[in-house]
Amino acid sequence: MNRDQLRILLPVVSLAVLLGAVFWLQPRAMSYLGLNLLFNLAVPIALATIAQMLIIMVNDLDLSIGTFVSFVACVTATLVQTDPVLGYLVLAAGIAGYAAMGALIHLRNLPAIVVTLGMSFVWGGLAVLILPSPGGASPEWLRSLMTVKPPLVPMAIVASVVIAVAAHLLVRRSAFGVVLRGVGGNAASVERAGWSVLKAKAAAYALAGFFGTLSGMALVGLTTAADANIALRYTLLSIAGVILGGGEFTGGRVSPVGAVIGALTLALAGSFLSFMRLSPDWQIGAQGAILILVLAVRLLVSRGRGRRVAA
Amino acid sequence: MSRPDASAAHPPHRHGDKPVTSLLSILRKPWLWAFIAAGAAFVATAAVTQAGGWGLGMTALTFAAFSVLVGIGQMFVITLGPGNVDLSIPATMTLAGTLALKAMAGDPAMIPVGLAIALASGLAVGVVNYGLIRLLSIPPIIATLSASFLIQSAAIWSNRGLRVKPPQALADFATGRALGVPNVAVVALLVAVLAWVVLERALAGRRVLAIGQNMRAARLAGVPVDAVRFATYVSCAVLAGLAGFLLASFSGGAALNMGAEYLLMSIAVVVIGGSSIAGGNSNVPGIWGASLFMFLIVSMLNSYGAGAGVRMILTGVIIIAIVAAAGGRKVSR
Repeated sequence: MNRDQLRILLPVVSLAVLLGAVFWLQPRAMSYLGLNLLFNLAVPIALATIAQMLIIMVNDLDLSIGTFVSFVACVTATLVQTDPVLGYLVLAAGIAGYAAMGALIHLRNLPAIVVTLGMSFVWGGLAVLILPSPGGASPEWLRSLMTVKPPLVPMAIVASVVIAVAAHLLVRRSAFGVVLRGVGGNAASVERAGWSVLKAKAAAYALAGFFGTLSGMALVGLTTAADANIALRYTLLSIAGVILGGGEFTGGRVSPVGAVIGALTLALAGSFLSFMRLSPDWQIGAQGAILILVLAVRLLVSRGRGRRVAA
Repeated sequence: MSRPDASAAHPPHRHGDKPVTSLLSILRKPWLWAFIAAGAAFVATAAVTQAGGWGLGMTALTFAAFSVLVGIGQMFVITLGPGNVDLSIPATMTLAGTLALKAMAGDPAMIPVGLAIALASGLAVGVVNYGLIRLLSIPPIIATLSASFLIQSAAIWSNRGLRVKPPQALADFATGRALGVPNVAVVALLVAVLAWVVLERALAGRRVLAIGQNMRAARLAGVPVDAVRFATYVSCAVLAGLAGFLLASFSGGAALNMGAEYLLMSIAVVVIGGSSIAGGNSNVPGIWGASLFMFLIVSMLNSYGAGAGVRMILTGVIIIAIVAAAGGRKVSR
């Protein structure tokens, strides 16, 4: 088994174990309707996790993705609904803002956490300006797209597979993806080989903005309304999803399929805990504990492998 | 490896022009700009505010004090080098404030116990944080993040139900003034002086800087890297505990979201204060300048009638503009 296959194994096993536990606790979840409920909110989380993964891929960290998704949700629930042309222009401007942020971080050699923390204020402020109190409505086509009921497999699962495959092709199978991962691995050598690191970073950020935009739109399609704080927890969830999915913080070593599985695991963890009749107080804490547990297991696995190689 | 400094780019001055040199060296201090910016924001606000300059200044000192306490802890952590940051500060503040106020239950005789509990919860968080980083080799960002999930849950669980009021004497202390200066600002000033001595004059601070500049070189030079990093993460969490204790006493009770704004604040004041986000080069005075600036910029926007949305946008833009103007240190690896 090579390294990439091993990297994907642990997230798959974690998801399978968790899913098995859920089915064991609540056998009725093992149905079309049950799965749909379990993974209902997984699609926007998976999209936000891919966005975060693209940033982590170029060795940065995005602490603004949660507020950005909230901002997109507010735009989608108001402007896109009432004035589609202006609405889509604003969404495009948001993606351009992400590209500009990536370019600025590279040009001035700035710490990404500080710039993205600052941007989180900007997106949050814009969201409050656009939608001062919770409300708005989902565009009709979006609502019907998110609630479509394909035969056999629920929409959330189908969408997650599509997201995983699309991101996999983009990041792992395209020449463009190789350059982007190269920036995370060794920016200097990418530069020397004749590619523009500036363009690559701006592109990675723009792509992250694009996936963040999809996440906000999917969220509105599911919830049918928005508010300025709707997705704040996505910042932490997306980072956790990337790491759960076998991604590493440096070196451009990320796995899109793993990231989607990580997001599904986190979405499932919430349902699992409510089946366990665990007090809601401990829900966030349990997500933290699951994260620590998976990282501990990963350490044991890699140590075990290291020993075998040495022997 | 010498300490990277702005002055390194300039040729050394000859002897004989000492007064000029010292003036120039002050102008080159990275923390100067934070104070200039704070001063500008102060003047712009005082020009239109009803309360007058003195009242504004004292309010700024009060609110800056909380940012200073968490900012100093975060500064030491960031000094340890790239990747080191404590994201559990808000959760730690909430937990410490909640547990302490619950233990005191409004009884003035219990104030020392309450303080001890706040500091002890900070201590426990620091031990857990570094345990995760060291024993499980988890990157500090993820370690402190996952720990903060657990801490936050513990705070929610212990906080459920009533909002416990602080003992009257403690509330009076937290909101009161000594010789016209807010008490919390005095506490933060004492902590800042202590932090300055540790960073600039003590072996421990030199070791933190050495690790931040090159961990491997520091280890080879005999610096007890693990012990220093452990102590740094623990001090940061203990300071967050102290800040949470004072903030809960100041605002009449612990709220679950009371630490939320201090995540950005603690990192922003370090960077705006002129410390290097890449680590290995920090200064304490800048934390005070930046904390005053961060409060004054919001009150300036307030007094010019900006709404919540505009205020947030401008705060974000100003932070990014300052960081972009200061520029990042070229990391050569």
